[in-house]
Formats: sequence, C-alpha cells, structure tokens
Amino acid sequence: MKRSIGVRLWRWSIISAVAIYLLVPLYAMYDFSTKPFGFADQGRTFRAWQMIPTQQDLFPAITRSLITAAIVMAIILFLVVPTAIWVHLKLPALRRPFELLCLLPLAIPAIVIVVGIAPLYRWISINLYESPITLAGVYSMLILPYTYRSLSAALDAVDIHTLAEAATTLGSSIARIIFKIVMPTIKTGIVNGSFIAIALVLGEYTISNILNFKTFQVVIAQIGRSDGNVAVAVSLASLLFVIVLLLIIPTKKRQGSVLDVDAI
Amino acid sequence: MAYLGVLPFIAFTGLFLLYPTWNVISGAFEDNYGVRSTAMLKEIFNSPIARTAFGNSLELSLKTALVGAVFGALFAWTLATGKPGGSFYKISVALSSALAQFGGVMLVFAFLATFGYNGLVLTLATKYLPNSFLADAGWLYSMNGLAVLYTFFQIPLMVLVFLPTLENLKPQWREASDALGGKAFEYWLRIGIPVLTPSFLGAALLLFVNSFSAYATANILINLGDYLTPLQIAIALTSETGGSNPAEAKTLSFYMVVVVVISMSAYALLRKKVSKWEQQR
Repeated sequence: MKRSIGVRLWRWSIISAVAIYLLVPLYAMYDFSTKPFGFADQGRTFRAWQMIPTQQDLFPAITRSLITAAIVMAIILFLVVPTAIWVHLKLPALRRPFELLCLLPLAIPAIVIVVGIAPLYRWISINLYESPITLAGVYSMLILPYTYRSLSAALDAVDIHTLAEAATTLGSSIARIIFKIVMPTIKTGIVNGSFIAIALVLGEYTISNILNFKTFQVVIAQIGRSDGNVAVAVSLASLLFVIVLLLIIPTKKRQGSVLDVDAI
Repeated sequence: MAYLGVLPFIAFTGLFLLYPTWNVISGAFEDNYGVRSTAMLKEIFNSPIARTAFGNSLELSLKTALVGAVFGALFAWTLATGKPGGSFYKISVALSSALAQFGGVMLVFAFLATFGYNGLVLTLATKYLPNSFLADAGWLYSMNGLAVLYTFFQIPLMVLVFLPTLENLKPQWREASDALGGKAFEYWLRIGIPVLTPSFLGAALLLFVNSFSAYATANILINLGDYLTPLQIAIALTSETGGSNPAEAKTLSFYMVVVVVISMSAYALLRKKVSKWEQQR
C-alpha cells in the first residue's frame, strides 16, 4: 500500500518524538556512567563499569533475586499451569471464577498486598527464618494476571480435550496428561510467562524494600546513595540484559496478547 | 472429587492474595488493638494530609494515564501499520516490555543522569539555555517531574496493551470505507475511533491503576512521606521511629482499593453498554 506524504510525516514525527523521549535517558545513563569523577568535563572513563565487580552486596543480591525468580517460575510451572489445565479439562464450571481470581491482582495495588501480608511475613521471619519463599509467593500473585492471559490464550489455541481423551484411552494417568502431553503443546505460553517473571523479579523494589529484603533493586538503590555513577552503570547493564533476554524469546507475535485488555 | 485438584491453588492464593486483601479490608474497620471501630476511617477521611496526598496521587495518575495512553496508542499505530515482524517492530516490542517494568530505582537514575545535577541535558542546558527550567534540576522533584518520569513506563505499557487491539482492526473496513469514497480522516472519525474507544479506555484504566499504585519511583526520587498515598502507606507501615501505625496503613490501603474498584466498575458498566451496542449493529 502506497502511503501519502501526510501519513508518512505523521508516522515519522510520532516515532521520533517517542524514540527521543525513550532513548535520550538511556543514552544519558551511558554518558553519566562514563563521566570522570567529580565535575571535570573532559574525557571518558570506565571507572564506574570497572567498579561493578567490586560491589560487596551486589552479587549476593543478584543471586537472591535469581533464586526468587526460580521459585516464582516453579510456582507457575507446578501450581498455576497444572491448575489452569485441570480447570480447562475437568471443571468447566469453575472457568469464570478461576479467571476472576487470576485477574484480581490487577485491582489490588502491590502496596496493599504488602500491608496485608506484613504481619504474616513478620511472624514467619521471626519464628521460622527469613526466606525468599514468602517474597516469591507475593510475586507470583502479582504476575498471575499476565501468566493467566498467556496461558489461556495458549490453551484455547489447542484442542486439549481431544488430546486428553486420546491419552486416557491409551492408558495415561492424569499427571502424565498434564505434564507430558498438554504442557509441551503450550510451551510458548509458558516460556513467555517465565520471561515476564524474570523481568518482574529483577525489577521489583516496592515489596522487597518494605519487607526489608535485600534484592537486586534494593541494593542498586543502596549503591546509588554512595556512588551514583556505579549505580547508573549497573542499572544500564541490567536493562540491556533484560532487553536482550526479551529479544531472544521465541515469539510468534504472541507477545502483545499477554495483556489483552479486551477480555478483562 | 475433581474439585480436590484446585485445592492447592486455592490454598496458595488464599494465603498470598485473599488473606492480605481481607486483612486490609477488615483492618480498616478496626483500631490498632483489633477493636471494631470506624474512627480511623473517619480520621483519615478528614485528615488534610491524607487528602492532599490522595489528590496528588489522583492528579498524577490521571495525567500520566492520559498522556501515556495517547502517545502509546499513536506509537502502537505506527507499529501496527509498519512491517509486521520486521526488526523495528521486534526491537520496539522488546524495548517496550523491558521499559514497562522499568519503574523504580533504575528509572530514577536514568532521569537523574539526564536532567539531574551533572546530567546530560542539564549540562547542555546550562551551556546553551541557561535561563530555561532545564538548567535547574529542581523541576524533577515536583508534580510535573514525577509525571514525566511515570510517563516513561506508561507509554511502553500502553504500546504492549494496545498493539493487539490495533492488529485486530480489520483491513476490510478500511477498504470498504475507501471503496465508498471515504477519506482517511472520515475512516478514523466514523469507524476507527468509535471501534477502538472501549479498548482505549480499558487500556487507559490499566495505566491509571498502574501509576496510582506505583511506589518505588516516588519513594526514591522525593522521599517525602506525605506527597503520595502509597508513600504515606509505607511510612505508616514501617515507621522507623517506632511510631508505626498498621491501622492507618490499612485504612489508607482500603481507600486505594475503593478508588480502583470504583473505576473498574465504571469501566465494566461501559463495556456492557458497548457490547449491547455491538450486538445491535
């Protein structure tokens, strides 16, 4: 389709306006992180980048965040996905309530969940021990709507009833049907959900800060108080990491539908 | 028997989602000693500090939801009408997914590196535009500064949310409009915009809730407990001087939930009307 000059002008002005707004701060981060210390105006230095490995708290925090992300993914894989399949297969009457429950976190601000869970969290960390499991539990609730969206889109695209019937006829157990037959067919949906989980856990600050849990973001904020250049370098590095991660996801134009508001 | 299969999930969501929600809602009707009372609800409702914070939160959320929705929708349109699956499309979508999660610590650093002291734009501005507001980092810590920061994650979120809707717009409608002699602006005025409006409002609502509940960005940037409701809640919950006041935190949270529920119900009503209208077509 040939576009008129007016439309092309529109397109390019929108693209450049949004691109400038989104890209200038990213470039400024690079600029800032390579500035010489103090107010000297000359030259570039990679001092801040070289100092990243020397940050004491950083690597334990990254490990802690990644462990939390792994627990969140385990919760999705072994709890949310099987339940979604189970409801699809065996309890069609519960599909609507299940959907509502999964979308509920959209209506409840994260800070409200923190307020509600703080007493329980305090009790657990005083009486048992401080573990990332509570945090992972809250996180998995936060991404539940997104997980649900990508899962239900994937489940609707496959005729899992026929698959399940065929498997039952051939003598499969229900666990085998869920984990070995249905789950592989909705792999893309699961993979997408997991990447969102990683992005969310690495970027989350509100809950971990209030619950006093030193995750990646909490430590970046802490570094920022002593050395701004290093904190900016770490932020830029982690952002680039997430973008590369998202670029290599095997998508089939499914990305956007993760969050389809039309169905809310 | 089949119902047993959902038990683990119910128990889990019960512990991490329903229990906290219930805790907040019931806690709003109790004082700090667990005695039923509506004193706190009234006190917060009449407190000028809480009211100002609530007003600030609402203003910020409305502004950034509107600006984010408009620019995000326009950008999504350029993606939807561009080459599908091309590298511009792919990179934009990946960048949007990353930046939509970008709120908080890193966002503040990015903007401090841009407009803050010794930042890129500020350095340039002091050289070439010493009289403009850009030459002083003060504006970053105001309502407008916060709004500029919030818009940074609102636009990408809007792109993600609105892109599928635009991609579902049938090209046949455009062709029919063209074939009947309609001009481009007539197509948008009479077909495109009316069809897209409900989804647009839904997406804008999502953006509204998103910034209404955002805490991290404001907490790091301004660190003033009274400015926005989420900051106030965090202070009430974790006050380090030992003056923590869980009842106040719960009551403020309760009011936040009320706002979200009201806006979501309004949207649900609107959708119902629209779907009726769609059936009658």
